Amino acid sequence: MSTPAHGFSLTLDDILHQYGSAIAVDHVTLEIGAGELVSLLGPSGCGKTTLLRIIGGFLQQTSGRVIVGGRPIDDLPPNKRGVGIVFQNYALFPHMSVAENIAYGLAARGADRSAQKKQVGEMLELVQLSHLAERLPKQLSGGQQQRVALARALAVEPRLLLLDEPFAALDKSLRLDMQIEIKRIQRQSGTTCIMVTHDQEEALSMSDRVAVLSRGRLEQFGTPTAVYDRPETLFVNQFVGTANQLQGTLESTSAEACSVRLPGGRILQCAPPHEALPGGSDVIACVRPESLRIGSDADGIAATVELGLPLGATIVHEVLTDDGLRIKTSEPRLPGLEPRAPGSRITVSPLAASAIRVFPVPA
Amino acid sequence: MRTFTPVTVYGLRFTTPLAAFFVLFFLAPLLLLLFISLHNDTALTEFGFSQYTKFFTEGFALPILADTLWLGVQVTLLSLVLGYALAWAFVRSRPSVQTVLIMIIVMPLLTSVVVRTFAWIVILGRQGILNTVLMNWEWIETPARLLYTRSGLVVALANVQLPLMVLPLITALQRIEPNLEDASSILGASAWRTFFKVTLPLTLPGVVAGCLLTFAASITAFISQSLIGGGQMLFMPMYIYQQASTLQNWPYAAAISLVFLVAVMGCVSVFNILGRLSKGYATT
Repeated sequence: MSTPAHGFSLTLDDILHQYGSAIAVDHVTLEIGAGELVSLLGPSGCGKTTLLRIIGGFLQQTSGRVIVGGRPIDDLPPNKRGVGIVFQNYALFPHMSVAENIAYGLAARGADRSAQKKQVGEMLELVQLSHLAERLPKQLSGGQQQRVALARALAVEPRLLLLDEPFAALDKSLRLDMQIEIKRIQRQSGTTCIMVTHDQEEALSMSDRVAVLSRGRLEQFGTPTAVYDRPETLFVNQFVGTANQLQGTLESTSAEACSVRLPGGRILQCAPPHEALPGGSDVIACVRPESLRIGSDADGIAATVELGLPLGATIVHEVLTDDGLRIKTSEPRLPGLEPRAPGSRITVSPLAASAIRVFPVPA
Repeated sequence: MRTFTPVTVYGLRFTTPLAAFFVLFFLAPLLLLLFISLHNDTALTEFGFSQYTKFFTEGFALPILADTLWLGVQVTLLSLVLGYALAWAFVRSRPSVQTVLIMIIVMPLLTSVVVRTFAWIVILGRQGILNTVLMNWEWIETPARLLYTRSGLVVALANVQLPLMVLPLITALQRIEPNLEDASSILGASAWRTFFKVTLPLTLPGVVAGCLLTFAASITAFISQSLIGGGQMLFMPMYIYQQASTLQNWPYAAAISLVFLVAVMGCVSVFNILGRLSKGYATT
């Protein structure tokens, strides 16, 4: 684009959406800055797609407001909202060429032919498909179709761009390329971007901030680092990355740490809980496999290796502690390092107290 | 070495029964028709083309052919407009409503042509439902002539043939990716623009199929044409019937049948060409 279009801010103000008596979106409030790329992350049925359709104007929310650039847009139909969408299956018009697809929104806005042609040319260049302008969508590969969908959405210089599971239909090898590509184009165009996904890797790698949703509720909204390293709820800890869950009782809490007594009597030093908890309450301590080390330290938890899996860049072990806990550990694969044989006696020790998060046992 | 016959390749021998049936009951009669039509006299003694010369030079028959084809066009256009709206409503209805709608749509196919046609006589007649209602509401003072008129016939035929139009249209509409209409609208297109630029082009194969069936069915609808036309309008099927049955002029009846057949095939191939042009749209 010759003049980078600057995105608008988006505020979702206390959005509630009900299908009959079922609550799909439960009072979600989000403030998204201009030019930001934010992911709505959650399992299927968490309300992320409903939220996307509300922002697009295909659904009228039960209550709450959608505010774009400081102006509520709830009363506007989809064609007046100035929102661009890249649909999950791209939704390219099968009877139109690539160029016609990209020009569609411009023509709908009454742009004259020369302006359309110029903008289409620029868009094709942006997504690097100038040589395929006259092809029909079905003659393109998945990645190319996606780039056309992106160009078509960006051609009308939307105030914000919505991406619905943009990489779900792509091969794994192509996925990373397209993620980098979309990130580059988004930066270049400065468009505010909301991406809906159930794939945590995708959300973490691409977003400025991630909003984790579960059952219609906003669980946590923060940077990928915060969401991964400092999950605020048990759901976030489980859904983003993997976590070993250790049941225990809260012994004591201080500003920097807390200690949790495991059923075997062992005391585990953990990060202080996100919400204040009374001593003696039942808690779950979550520790990520990569925050555990296998070794022979005397103060580690004694355990037996059940299974060792060489997973490419990492080696994963499943171990059974003498206290009867089944724990997964993961370590980077260094030259010469091999999975340990089942039955080996080892000890497991956490890398740092701050890597263990404590949550109340869900009711 | 053993050679395997690929399981997806079948010999043509499976089509033999159908082919035999086709030759016996379609091709043979057609050739017989051609043979009969090439006689100058009703006793079939003298070979010649005089029946065809008579058809094209006499000035009586050609207008009937043109009028029959024009009737087909009128009925097809009316069915298309009504049928598209109905198919559109069907596709957008809730499943429970769809069950009811499909019953209503298919109903004409399940009742006899004669019954359906007589129903229209009841509706359109001088003392018919429509006239009674209009007079009760004092919109008209004397009963309007609806039956035995061209427009009455077009409406009745459109109703009778409507399922043939609606069913292919429903299939075509259901095959459209619903996201396409959302995509069009989010790109700024109005509902009408979305319809004309996306929905209609993508349903063209269905439109062509529906038009083809409706056209073919309405120009050959002998019973409806005769009963609702009331013998005051003459169309090709009736004309052929008169020549063959009443006047016993078999060579002439055969000749006009063949001319009619060729004319209809001409129309059908125009539709087919349109269908082929729109075929690219259908595969998403």
